Amino acid sequence: MDTLLALFNGFSVALEPSKLLFCLIGVFLGTAVGVLPGIGPALTVALLLPVTFKLDPAGSLIMFAGIYYGGMYGGSTTAILLNAPGESASLATALEGSKMAKAGRGGPALATAAVGSFVAGLIATLGLAFLAPWLVELAVKFGPWDYFGLMILAFVTVSATFGDSPLRGLTSLFLGITLGLVGIDKLTGQARLTFGVPELLNGIEVTTLAVGLFAVGEALYVASKRHREPEEIIPIKGSLWMTKQDWKRSWAPWLRGTAYGFPIGALPAGGAEVPTFLSYATERKLCKYPDEFGKGAIEGVAGPEAANNASAAGTLVPLLTLGLPTSATAAIMLAGFQQYGLNPGPLLFAEKPDLVWGLIASLFIANVMLVILNLPLIGLWVKLLAVPQPWLYAGILVFATMGTLAVNPSPVELGMLFGFGFLGYLMRRYDYPVAPMVVGLILGPMAEAQLRRALQISLGDPMILLENPGSATLLGLALLGLVAPFVMKGLNRFKASED
Amino acid sequence: MANEKTRSGPDRAALVAGVLLLAVAALVARDAASQTIVSSYGVGPTAMPYVVASGLGLLGLAHLVVAFRDGLPAPDSSDPRALGWIVAGLVGFIACVALGGGFIVATALLFGFTARGFGREALVTDLVIGFVMGLVIYVVFFKLLTLSLPAGPLERLLV
Repeated sequence: MDTLLALFNGFSVALEPSKLLFCLIGVFLGTAVGVLPGIGPALTVALLLPVTFKLDPAGSLIMFAGIYYGGMYGGSTTAILLNAPGESASLATALEGSKMAKAGRGGPALATAAVGSFVAGLIATLGLAFLAPWLVELAVKFGPWDYFGLMILAFVTVSATFGDSPLRGLTSLFLGITLGLVGIDKLTGQARLTFGVPELLNGIEVTTLAVGLFAVGEALYVASKRHREPEEIIPIKGSLWMTKQDWKRSWAPWLRGTAYGFPIGALPAGGAEVPTFLSYATERKLCKYPDEFGKGAIEGVAGPEAANNASAAGTLVPLLTLGLPTSATAAIMLAGFQQYGLNPGPLLFAEKPDLVWGLIASLFIANVMLVILNLPLIGLWVKLLAVPQPWLYAGILVFATMGTLAVNPSPVELGMLFGFGFLGYLMRRYDYPVAPMVVGLILGPMAEAQLRRALQISLGDPMILLENPGSATLLGLALLGLVAPFVMKGLNRFKASED
Repeated sequence: MANEKTRSGPDRAALVAGVLLLAVAALVARDAASQTIVSSYGVGPTAMPYVVASGLGLLGLAHLVVAFRDGLPAPDSSDPRALGWIVAGLVGFIACVALGGGFIVATALLFGFTARGFGREALVTDLVIGFVMGLVIYVVFFKLLTLSLPAGPLERLLV
């Protein structure tokens, strides 16, 4: 009952005209960047962080969440019409979706993706609203050791689930943690890894790293392999609407996709790739028309699209209740909270219920806006794909440098931005995932603080981590996650199907 | 597979990455060793750097092992001219800001050079587009968001 009341209050916040406007801007931008190949919601939020830091926190966060949801909707358009998934989350959609488009059924494919996203988003956001208070109650009892265990678990799963190789994932993570050490130690005032550069005393800005890795790195990477043949947009032929048959074949995959997406997104192992591919595999097995798979079966679009939207809502569960990001976008959103001095977690639910519940309520509104924006306006979004690539990326770089300058107008900061950009390029080139590095920079200092707090309480006895059932379990799971990929390499089969 | 046939000796990319990681590990450890503040109880500010340094060291060694086995995935061919234009744009941006040329000119350079790097052949047009973009951003930031971007002679004329 409390949840309903809180949600009701949330709606009273989210329905304020200014919040509605932020939400609309968010879903609009999100859809646009989701449609544009190569630009994802993580990059967009990172680019917007510096510009929004003087705006209203609740409004900005609502906008960020709108971008996240919108990106998930928009990604399907590119996947279906270009056969070039904008995000890894829409890889599975591209498999059947592009075949449907080629067969002249692009309209129904887009429609089932949009309606499926809507259904999944609605159910998963309800899940978030009801699961969050329960998790918050649990999290209140967490000691520093439990948080430390949780963060170690997040480290392991983040570096194992992004990309194909645990070695490269862990390398990316450790580079991020190393960057997290830079600056003045908060407990003692000791300067670490600053090499006498005063600009480094405050530590490395998350936005600088994220924008460098995502925006500058991506631009360099795309430019470096530009000489390959351009992609071809498949025009939408025939009706946009789904037939009765399409509806009949879509509703069950939507629900099953949601059932995969939400819980997996909420786990610290997180991510959207695993549930989308699980959903794809399930639909393929359950489909009544198995011979259509590979030629454009609507189930293969409906399921994964529902799964990726549901996972976006799932990701917000650990982010809001524990302050634990499990996807790249969530990591940047955490940085968004931090720039307003807000720390997601149980305390935030107690101190700023308006903000948290307003945010959750706005997700429902974002979903409604998105399905309205996506279905009738699909033609508009397709036109976006015609923006010349040189202008698109030149604009992104201008926006990236502008944002960095707005936060900290110094050449050192710009130098770091470009340094990280080049690093991001090299990492992409050699197939290192970049997201774990951002997560390492954000969570590294937090994990250190929790560990030191735990050890202060135990007077320096490290056994406290193993004596508490909570932290012992979490650390055990982390160890398992670290060892498992080497033991059964077969797990990787879900990730390696990019072609 | 195909990769193994063409390659002789260890994989260079993995070797370089391994050596770099070891170097960073050494740097982190050295920095920790040179610290002066010691915590009276619990763990001090040096504990985490040592943990991180050991982690980086292990990863560096693992890269060296990988270099002699499978190596890193072979990258696609890259276009050095495209990269060169963009790097020139980025360096031009920093130089322009650092030397007091102002945000607008810097933006024009960055936009024009990047678009050139992505294969557009109309450098002058793109420089002009970048210039207008810089102008609009500068004005919006200054008037609406009250954030000031680096100013040069041109920017001082505006306000």
